[in-house]
Amino acid sequence: MTIDDWLKAAKADAEARQLPALVPLLEALARSTAALRAADEAHRMRADPDTLTDIPS
Amino acid sequence: MTPAADLRRIGDVAPLVRSGALSPVTLVEMCLAQIEARSSVNAFITVLTDSALADARRAQSEIRDGHSRGPLHGIPVAIKDLIDVAGTRTTAGSAVPASEATTDAPVVSRLRDAGAILIGKTNLHEFAYGTTSEESAFGPVRNPLDESRSAGGSSGGSAAALAAGMCFGAVGTDTGGSIRIPSAACGTFGLKPSHGELSCEGIVPLSLTLDHAGPMARSVADLGLLFQAMKGVDIQEIQPARGRFVFGVPTPYFCDLLEPGVRAAFEQARRTLVAAGHDVIDLEIEHATWTATVYLHIALPEATWYHALSLEQHASSYSPGVRLRLEMGKYVLAEDYVRAMRLRDVLRQRVDRALHRCDALLLPTLPIAAPRLGISTVQLGDGFEPIRAAMLRLTQLFNVTGHPALTLPTPPGEDGLPRAVQLVGTRQQTEHLIAISAAVERHISGGPGSVGGGTG
Repeated sequence: MTIDDWLKAAKADAEARQLPALVPLLEALARSTAALRAADEAHRMRADPDTLTDIPS
Repeated sequence: MTPAADLRRIGDVAPLVRSGALSPVTLVEMCLAQIEARSSVNAFITVLTDSALADARRAQSEIRDGHSRGPLHGIPVAIKDLIDVAGTRTTAGSAVPASEATTDAPVVSRLRDAGAILIGKTNLHEFAYGTTSEESAFGPVRNPLDESRSAGGSSGGSAAALAAGMCFGAVGTDTGGSIRIPSAACGTFGLKPSHGELSCEGIVPLSLTLDHAGPMARSVADLGLLFQAMKGVDIQEIQPARGRFVFGVPTPYFCDLLEPGVRAAFEQARRTLVAAGHDVIDLEIEHATWTATVYLHIALPEATWYHALSLEQHASSYSPGVRLRLEMGKYVLAEDYVRAMRLRDVLRQRVDRALHRCDALLLPTLPIAAPRLGISTVQLGDGFEPIRAAMLRLTQLFNVTGHPALTLPTPPGEDGLPRAVQLVGTRQQTEHLIAISAAVERHISGGPGSVGGGTG
């Protein structure tokens, strides 16, 4: 699931649950998740032998 | 009655209690008097007046009859109200209905076995889910050094109680810094041991894989006594390590954004260690910038797991901020939780690798002094940062990686507020970290118990 798709669905759900105060927090979480995924991807690309030996290729 | 300046530490009073020169009843009465005198600090949710006095009389009788149980016998300690104490409600600082505990958490029963006297249960940030101890159904904890300021959190009541002379030791929990942050804000000492070293059974969880229980005190030696008791091993003073140590300062990330008073205190501690003959080197913890995002994607869903049912039944009983953080955890995808757990392994290895170059890491505990109550952001450098993110920034990595970390106060700055530095040691070598900390305590803090204790 892309972060854009996730954020759209999450915001809609928060609004439906009458929790509009969640929306800015979800937007911040989306930025953090983008950073997490970028870090994960960058680390996989480096194929660090210390930590990724058991990841299926 | 404030404890006399030379009677602030457990190490000061224990020999007097053991010899009969000082009665546990007197100690408990001193603490109760301070709780009453500084009630505006709001450090306690439950004060166990009757049982503490009864236990003190029993301890006095046992000691008089030659049955001393060791250095904690007859010593008043406080317990964060997230931790079960038989016969008391574990409120977690919340208005969410709580039941009365029928048994003590193991860390509590072990303290009782060592003869410690439970003086009461301390206030906290609701469900330990915050860093200021402002969001509590029992009102905010106020910093005894300046009541317009936060005591830090989430174990804010425990640190405030120590700083105001309401107890001689305390128990806290630390999921992202909740022992070290309030200790730094209040000018006291705190220890987050290695992950899994102390039992978290009987403690309301915040995040199952990040939670740690640990001691809070007025000196490194006192932390050692409490830590051993909570671990259930023989209690003996951990002697200061001898020799010349190498301290590694993880400069990038950890020293980038510091309030000027913190930077000055940290540089002073660094210079003093060098003057004392130790080596202080700069190093880098690779990928440290991942810390906050990895932490967030683990802590959010793990916290929500515990509260899922209660959120449906008692949503309006939670503080608004705590409720929103718990609601947010519902939206973290499983794949992102797994990503965070994978990167957590990488961070653990990088901290291990940094510790291969030194005996302990040396870094500030908090990037700011105790913040004023009610603020939501803090200016650091050219920008503003949410107060919660700023307060967690220097501590949360070691919850992610599980390394032991001990915070020591530095002497008050020009504004009269303490700052703090933390030492981080090798995993599963918490006793060694305590020994190193004891060796340098006088250089960093100006002498055992010289900061914070008995300020009331």
